[in-house]
This record gives sequence, C-alpha cells and structure tokens, in this order.
Amino acid sequence: MLKKIILGICALSVVLGAVTPIAEESIASPAAVAKPAPQTATEILQRIDDNRLSDGKIAVMSMTIHGRRGDRTISAKSWQRNIQDSFTEYLAPAREKGTKMLKLGDQLWTYAPDTDRTILISGHLLRQSVMGSDLSYEDMMEDPVLANNYNAAISGEEILNGRPAWVLELTAKKDDIAYAKRQLWVDRERFIALKENLYAKSGALLKTLDVNAVMQVDGRWLAKSMIYKDALKKDGDGTSVVIESLEFNDNLPETLFSKASLRK
Amino acid sequence: MPLFKLALRNLLGGGLRTWLNAFILSVSFVIIIGCQGLYKGMAQQMERLAIDSYYGGGQYWQANYDPFDTLTLDDAHGRLPDTLQKMSAAGQAVPVLKRQATLYAQNRVLNITLNGIKTEQTLIDIPTAKLRDTGHAIPAIIGDAMAKSAGLRQGDTAVLRWRNAHGTFDANEIYIAAIMNTHVGVIDQGQVWIELGTLQEITALPDAATLVITAKDSVPPHGVDTENWSFKDQDFLLTDERNMMASEYIEGGILYVVFLFLAMLGIFDTQILAIYHRVKEMGTMLALGITKNDLIWIFTLEGALHSVLAAGLAFIYGTPFLVWFGKVGFSMADMDQLGIAIGDTIYPVFTPGIIAGTAILIFALTALVSYLPCRRIAKLTPTDALRGKIA
Repeated sequence: MLKKIILGICALSVVLGAVTPIAEESIASPAAVAKPAPQTATEILQRIDDNRLSDGKIAVMSMTIHGRRGDRTISAKSWQRNIQDSFTEYLAPAREKGTKMLKLGDQLWTYAPDTDRTILISGHLLRQSVMGSDLSYEDMMEDPVLANNYNAAISGEEILNGRPAWVLELTAKKDDIAYAKRQLWVDRERFIALKENLYAKSGALLKTLDVNAVMQVDGRWLAKSMIYKDALKKDGDGTSVVIESLEFNDNLPETLFSKASLRK
Repeated sequence: MPLFKLALRNLLGGGLRTWLNAFILSVSFVIIIGCQGLYKGMAQQMERLAIDSYYGGGQYWQANYDPFDTLTLDDAHGRLPDTLQKMSAAGQAVPVLKRQATLYAQNRVLNITLNGIKTEQTLIDIPTAKLRDTGHAIPAIIGDAMAKSAGLRQGDTAVLRWRNAHGTFDANEIYIAAIMNTHVGVIDQGQVWIELGTLQEITALPDAATLVITAKDSVPPHGVDTENWSFKDQDFLLTDERNMMASEYIEGGILYVVFLFLAMLGIFDTQILAIYHRVKEMGTMLALGITKNDLIWIFTLEGALHSVLAAGLAFIYGTPFLVWFGKVGFSMADMDQLGIAIGDTIYPVFTPGIIAGTAILIFALTALVSYLPCRRIAKLTPTDALRGKIA
C-alpha cells in the first residue's frame, strides 16, 4: 500500500513537472516601455532582436557539457558590445581558467595561458566544438540579428512550458546564411524564443535550443537556462548553459576588445 | 703478382681463423645487400602505390590548394581550363573536388575531407564504379583505416554535414558503398569519396575542381600552367615519400655500421696479431731484400683478401637465400597503421648498383682496416725484426 502511495506521488510530481511553467527570475526592476502588439511575423522577429540584443552587456555564465563520461562544467565571464564583438574569459575549472576568447566582427582568437599563445580560429578550426560542447566556434560567428537574415512567417500557435507561443518559420533571405531555415517558438508576451530548431538546406535538423528558465533584466526577458544540442549526434544530452548574472552596460572599455587584452 | 700470390698463400695458411673472419664478413655482405634490397623494394613499392592510387602522372593544382593546410580548402576550387577538360573527357585526367565536412558516424564526430571524383574514372586505384547512385543515401567510399577510426562497415550509413560555397549548412546521409583496401594514407585517413557531380551540386560549385590527376603515361599539355592552375610532377608529389625513405635509409645505416664494425674488428684484430706474431718472418723478408713498402703491401693485401673470400662465400650461400627472400618478401602486415604506403609484404629489389656498391664499400673498408696496423712495419728495422723485436 505504502509503495503504491509513493509511486502515486512520484507519478503526480512527474505530471506536475511536465506542466510546470518555465522558471522565471527578475534581476532588476522592469523598465520596459509598453510597445504596441506586433501585427506581423517580421515585427515579431524585430521585437525578439530588440529584446535580446544590446549595445553592451556583461554576463557570467556556466556551461555544462553532458558527455558519455559524465558532466563537465565550465564557467566564464563575457563582455559583449555592438552585437558583433565579444571578449570571454574562462573562470573555471582550474584547467581552463585564464583561457580567453576574443571575437571582433568575423574574426575569432583564443588565448591559452599554458602556452601563452594567441591562435586565430579560422577555417576548419571553426568547426571544432567549444571546449567539447555541442556549440562550435562557427555558431558564435553567426550574425545575431535575425531580422537581417531571415524572412519570417507564423506557422502556428502553441502552449510551450505553460506559455502561449507563436511558432515562427524563418527562411534565409540570402544564400550565405549558415542555417537555411529556423523554427522558433516565441513567447507571445515576452518576445523571447523558448525553443529553436536550426535546419540544414536539405531540411535535416541540425541543432536544437531549449530554454528552460527565463529572467527579466532591465525590462527585457532573456533566457537564463537553456540546453543546446547537436541534433545529428545520436547520443548525448547536449550542453546546458546557465546565465549566472547579466548586466547591460553601454560603456565597456575600448581596450577590452583588442588582442592585447588577451594576454593581460 | 708474386706479392699477390704470397699474400694469398699466407691468408689461406691462416686456416680456420681466416675462414671464420671471411664468414663473418660474408654475413655482413648478405645482410647489407638484403637490407638495401628491402629498402629499395619498399621505396619502389611506396612510390608505385602512391602513383597508382593518387598521384598518377602528376597533378594540376588549383592555385589556392595546399595539401598541408586544410584552411585553404574552402577557397581551393576553380573551373578547369579547356585543355584539362579535354583531357578529362578523353580519359587522360581525373578532376577531384575537395571540401571540408563533418562526419557523424557511430557516435563519433569526425572532421573529414570530402572528395568528389568521377565514377567512370579508371586512372587511379579507387573503386569509383561503386559510387553509382543507388537511389537513397549518397554512396561513398572510404579506406580501411578511415573505416576503422570511424567504426564504419560496408553498407553502414552515417550523416555528413558540410557548408556549401555560400556558407550554408547542409546535411545528408551517406551510404558506405565500399571500403577500399589501401595503404596510401593520403586517400584513406580522414577522406571520404563521393561522386564528383554530387559534390559539385551539394556544395553549389558547378564544374569546380581542386586538383586534376593526369594519366601515368600522359604528357603534360602546354598552356595549362596559368595563375590558377599549376602542374606538380611525380618528383614533386613524391617528395615526402622519398624524404621518409631517406630517413629509413639512415636508420638502416646504423644496422650496417654495427655489422661492419664487428666484421672489421675481426680483421683488424687478425692483422695486429699477424704483425706481432710474424716479426721474425718480416725481418727475414727484409733481410732477403723485400722493401718495407712491399711488406706493407703484402700484409695489407692479406687482410684485404678477406673481403674477396667473404664475397665468394656470400655468393655461394647468399645468392639462393636472397633469391628466396626476393620471392617470399618481408611481411609488414601492421605497417599500415603507421600511414606508410606499402603493401602487406615488401618484396626486396636487388639491383647491380646495390651489389656493386656494397662490395666496393666492404672491399674499401677491409683494405683500410688491413692497412692501418701495417703502418708499424714502416718503423721496423731488419736487425730488430730478426731478433723478434718490434719498435
């Protein structure tokens, strides 16, 4: 009898967990100015870009790589400006501490303190995974402004993680876009992509992004915790990324975004 | 001539010691010729396999292509000049397009080079006829080393991801139509071969190629070398193989030195003993009017004739042994793991140059080693020598 009760409680908790709304967190007081509701998919896309992109931000994040031999967590602090440029420093584990990464436009360098060498990541090196995760360096090189690169169409509406969402089909505007097609599940009120599927030109699903916690910073809703997965890998649970802290800052020092700062 | 006869008589008079020295030296003869033949055979086999499987009669490379820098592959493609197109149509050349890709196979993610080649080609030893489309996944050929590292077998499928010429990701399933048994690493490790037209289509690079392999017996046409395409002849393409063989020769040289050292030590020892034990004999000869130079000549010749005896012995037992070795060869079944383009068995090649070169080397060294102790004879005084004293 006791066993049945325990099983029943477990089953209930699983069911409740499945319908539990996405975790939320508010880091700063909302300051958003109410905007009119978007009428078209293009406007939705524009609102997504406006919501997530900023001129400058500082984030501390941790990345957990779920591999066959166990999990490995890496934490890093990242400074980002003008959408295109970023500077990242790994904080942990000890083996990776001090490794830095600088992205200026379409160029990417890494610096390893062990060897005291700065390496330009290009060509096939861009296809390598970042620290063994499901993210590749080339994923970091994509133009983050979706509205620049894609035509959008609303293909449906769904309730995802307890939130009403539009399903957006994005089709590349030009030939030189990395992913020919994307599918986005966009929170109808917060304009944040709760789920994203990235497709190859052939239609094969290449990568998936699932947001399982969101946070509000200065009135913007952003992903706090997400799982990134290379869909072509048959096994593996993907890579979890958690944003520990995030702050918008439009006055990041110019000197930070230079190759010289990699050795500092 | 009398000196030669005297030297030979003295040598044969040495009995067992002479024959023992000669035998040791003959073993060096046989081993050095055997090893030299083996290296020669290995070099020839490596070059032949590389030519038959990939280099052909030479290759035309697109200007941006650098086989040692995969970063160049994205830009290393271009349309074939008319002359090469005609050669290709006539079956005298095979265009190959190379692109980078990622292979998802058996839970492994591998960065590979995707090669496009015509199915109907017969110029190089890649079973491209197996690449004919079967209607479902893209047929592909891989080498056995690649199959082992990717955990793939014939009939397996794997997912291939690549970026087309515009940078857009694409992915599709490939079907392992054949696994080729090859020892040529350049077509095997990290290489996947698919039909040229398919690769051109999926990468949005119509009529493009990275390199063109010419037929072995073809003559490079004039006017093809432009700023976009340059001809690389066999000597250029085989540079790495030859450099590798040169280092192998050096390693082999250590073995020769050890064997020769042992043999020469025996002869040197014999000469020293001869000089100390036969002082009275030398004194008598000097008293009878033989000059010191003639005496040095006799003793040097005595020592040097060891090599002639050794050559005779080596000929008697070495010839059948080396003929048998040439037929059976030397098994190198595990060497493909080292990326060396040689077959399972190396068949040694004994050229007149190897035999003559080895003989001259041993004759010269034996003569030198025989001469060195004889220099003491120059200091000999006949009266002291007759009393058995040596300076």
